[in-house]
Amino acid sequence: MERNGSGAAAADGSARAAAGRAEQGGEGSSLNTIGRPMRKVDGLAKATGRARYTDDIRLPGMLHGKILRSPYPHARIVSIDTSRAEALEGVHAVVTGRDMPTSYGIIPWTPDEYPLCLDRVRYIGDGVAAVAAIDEDTAISALDLIDVAYEELPAYLDPHEAIAAEGGPYIHEPRKPGWNGNVTKVVKLEFGDVDEGLDDADIVVESDYFFEGTTHTPIEPHCAIGLAEGDGRLTVWSATQVPHYLHRELARVLEVDPAKVRVIQPPVGGAFGGKSEPFDLEFCVAKLSMMTGRPVKILYTREEVFYAHRGRHPFHMKYRTGATREGMLTSVDAEIVLDGGAYASFGLVTTYYSGQLLTAPYRMPAYRFHSTRAYTNKPACGPKRGHGSVQPRFAIEVQLDRIAERLEIDPIELRRRNFIGANTRTVNDLRVTSNGFLECLEEVERASDWKRKHRRLPYGRGVGVAGSTYITGTNYPIYPNEMPQSGVQLQVDRSGRVAVFSGASEIGQGVDSMVAYVVAEELGVPLEHIRVLAGDTDFTPVDLGAYSSRVTFMLGNACIEASRKLKAKVQGAVAEAWEAKPRDVLLAGGWAVRAGDTGTSMPLREAFNLAEAKFGTLGATGSYNTPKDVHGSYRGATIGASPAYSFTAHVAEVEVDPETGFVTVEKIWIAHDCGRALNPVLVAGQMEGSAYMGFAEALMEEQIFKSADQGREGLHNAPSLLDYRIPTSLDTPALESLIVESIDPEGPYGAKEAGEGPLHPSIPAIANAIHDAVGVRMDSLPFSPPRVWRALRAVEGKAPAGARAGRVAAVGVAQ
Amino acid sequence: MEVVRLRVNGDERVCGVPAHYTLLEALRYGLGLTGSKQGCDKGDCGACTVIVDGRAILSCITPVWEAEGREVRTVEGLANGTETHPVQDEFDLNGAAQCGFCTPGILCSSVALLDRNPSATREEIRTALAGNLCRCTGYEKIYDAVEAAAARLDG
Repeated sequence: MERNGSGAAAADGSARAAAGRAEQGGEGSSLNTIGRPMRKVDGLAKATGRARYTDDIRLPGMLHGKILRSPYPHARIVSIDTSRAEALEGVHAVVTGRDMPTSYGIIPWTPDEYPLCLDRVRYIGDGVAAVAAIDEDTAISALDLIDVAYEELPAYLDPHEAIAAEGGPYIHEPRKPGWNGNVTKVVKLEFGDVDEGLDDADIVVESDYFFEGTTHTPIEPHCAIGLAEGDGRLTVWSATQVPHYLHRELARVLEVDPAKVRVIQPPVGGAFGGKSEPFDLEFCVAKLSMMTGRPVKILYTREEVFYAHRGRHPFHMKYRTGATREGMLTSVDAEIVLDGGAYASFGLVTTYYSGQLLTAPYRMPAYRFHSTRAYTNKPACGPKRGHGSVQPRFAIEVQLDRIAERLEIDPIELRRRNFIGANTRTVNDLRVTSNGFLECLEEVERASDWKRKHRRLPYGRGVGVAGSTYITGTNYPIYPNEMPQSGVQLQVDRSGRVAVFSGASEIGQGVDSMVAYVVAEELGVPLEHIRVLAGDTDFTPVDLGAYSSRVTFMLGNACIEASRKLKAKVQGAVAEAWEAKPRDVLLAGGWAVRAGDTGTSMPLREAFNLAEAKFGTLGATGSYNTPKDVHGSYRGATIGASPAYSFTAHVAEVEVDPETGFVTVEKIWIAHDCGRALNPVLVAGQMEGSAYMGFAEALMEEQIFKSADQGREGLHNAPSLLDYRIPTSLDTPALESLIVESIDPEGPYGAKEAGEGPLHPSIPAIANAIHDAVGVRMDSLPFSPPRVWRALRAVEGKAPAGARAGRVAAVGVAQ
Repeated sequence: MEVVRLRVNGDERVCGVPAHYTLLEALRYGLGLTGSKQGCDKGDCGACTVIVDGRAILSCITPVWEAEGREVRTVEGLANGTETHPVQDEFDLNGAAQCGFCTPGILCSSVALLDRNPSATREEIRTALAGNLCRCTGYEKIYDAVEAAAARLDG
């Protein structure tokens, strides 16, 4: 139906308004959906209890599994006898490592784990055997009936001791004779002449830093269900953020044809990097189902989530930083020991990231890092929000604060002077395109009233600043291949509805909504007419997963490509009907409208029908792959390379009680350059969630393991949400989001990441604020009351009487 | 197995559960009401929060028989038919649910608060939610949502 004349004008007023916007020049001004606060596609499902997470799924005849875990930090498995467990009424199957003897690892070069331990356990909590039974209680009882004989081995809890070890038994077999099997990876890279840069510097600041390990603690514990069917098909539902990698590893390790493996990722109740590689439970439910022919579910207890871990590596860091009198950096030298825990996990990448991601937003004429990742007999560390770069960022931003203080330059001004700029290359040859860091600094400076506060607040109160950068996706997939990193498929039906098949992982960051916003924008379809069908390897194109802040950039671009292919068909069909040029057919607000003649229009449904009549069933695919000219050519140059970088600045304001050492963070101002905010509400949510998580690491969270003299060497001291303290509403400071949009040339509508970058500056901003408040440098995390109290006592007596004078005296001590 | 009678979201329900079951287990596994979540199983995280006789309680540390004879309200019972509760709607509008796993518990704590204090302030909301851990949002968007719902309920 074609509508003409004034009668239609009122009815399609919204179409005209939308089309009018679409006609205006410039992408930014013409956007109808992008950039506006909008509902999420799964918002109401989550707010009504209808969203079905993995543990909410019950299949007919389902068995429940449990995993027996090592009570020793390091031991040989001498023997395992499962016969008593198998004989227990209600037990259907028991598996041990021997049933799945193929090693795996998320990084193909370091496959050092097995679904269940073969002959060695490497931390308290390492999986040894698994049981499937009619219910959880029976499965738990059966675990007690599995007899495992262990021969204890010396345990390494300290990474320096692990590295210093001479002769075995190492935690892993050395990859070459004579090597130390306690070392995962060593990376030494130097760019420019670091020693000369330090020699030429007017001042050199040198300090040691310790970043304590922390863990993700998503509120949803890991859960998986396996279903093996008689025809050889295997389906695994899992709370994973990497269904594609899980698909590959399940097939390889269990020796199942990958074409018969299906991974379904239900809504995930938080991940933060903690669900980004295969875990023992996924292999176990699959294997147990293959053995029993029945569906098998395993749900981790909260304690097991702490053992699964893969969280933030503890970093021991030494930094030497040179600067001119004007505060310009001349050289940065870093030596880092990473405490990796029992397995490699992503550790190879973490070791590179510990140095590679530090080279912006400040220009570094010379830079060197030497990082060594050690194995220790503790739960394996891996990627946590801001993978590998949150720790060195803490150090360098405190280094900058020290330099600013020595040179009596305002710390924000110091950062401005060292700004690397847009459209440039870093010292390690990473290509930087859009860069809104200066605006970020300006925003936090203004919003926090910095100039009136810094060095001017009464003793006990202070403000601190820090900046950072982060990748928007990794330039290369985890396993080498030339295929796209992200794909999407659209299908239109005759009702006007668009189905989007997305392989991306919704973990709460809003990717399913992002997909809908992009398709709505491009095709002019109302949001409520878009169905996002996601996370099922049987029918969704491959997306590599929700990690490294890659999804909005990559899948967003794929969605634009698919939508524009489809749009061209619709425009072609409608243009033919109107005898117009295809480019004069505008799609917006649920209507097709003729440019320059908004009286000529038809509902999108009819436009889609015309296109289907002309071209056949309507669908389109889109994909995204990264540009390959964004990094140098040295060994390791690809790690840290990203199609775009986000930038962040924080100001934190703190109150320190000098009597108790208790730090209260009053507020954090977060300015983040996300390129473009596709939905500002969701971007702000990511910024606030990031700053919250950084605040938590700064003040509260620490992974503590018992030492030998405390008994139970290597036992996690507090594997619960009561004892491993994460912030409640009352602990969390006020958070203010200040979105900066630099409009990236390659991002979808200019968008870059927002989910991980904004975590980084929280920690150094708080450290620098504590210094501003009471004059002590906090170089070890967390800044808990005992640590702050001790730091205050250390400078006591050296300070002249009087609050203001105390601040001044402490400055001298801190150098 | 014990037979328990529960009044949940206005329905009289009878279910057979092991004697040691918590209210959360009875809701999830006995009645199929999986909206209430298990995050820690020992009262630390608040994901299991439901409303019993008007008060927000932790269903994972409440023996099921303690709920007999009481009015239990879960996230599935907050809407009025097809009309969502203003807090639910505002959660969606304000991006207050990211992963959504803590959301059912936070909604129940919020509704229990607003039922007794429809004009709750941001600070009162913050205090009322102190037993519900959220790992995604930093809580700001949650306060925004509950505050906006309070304005709608009070207005």
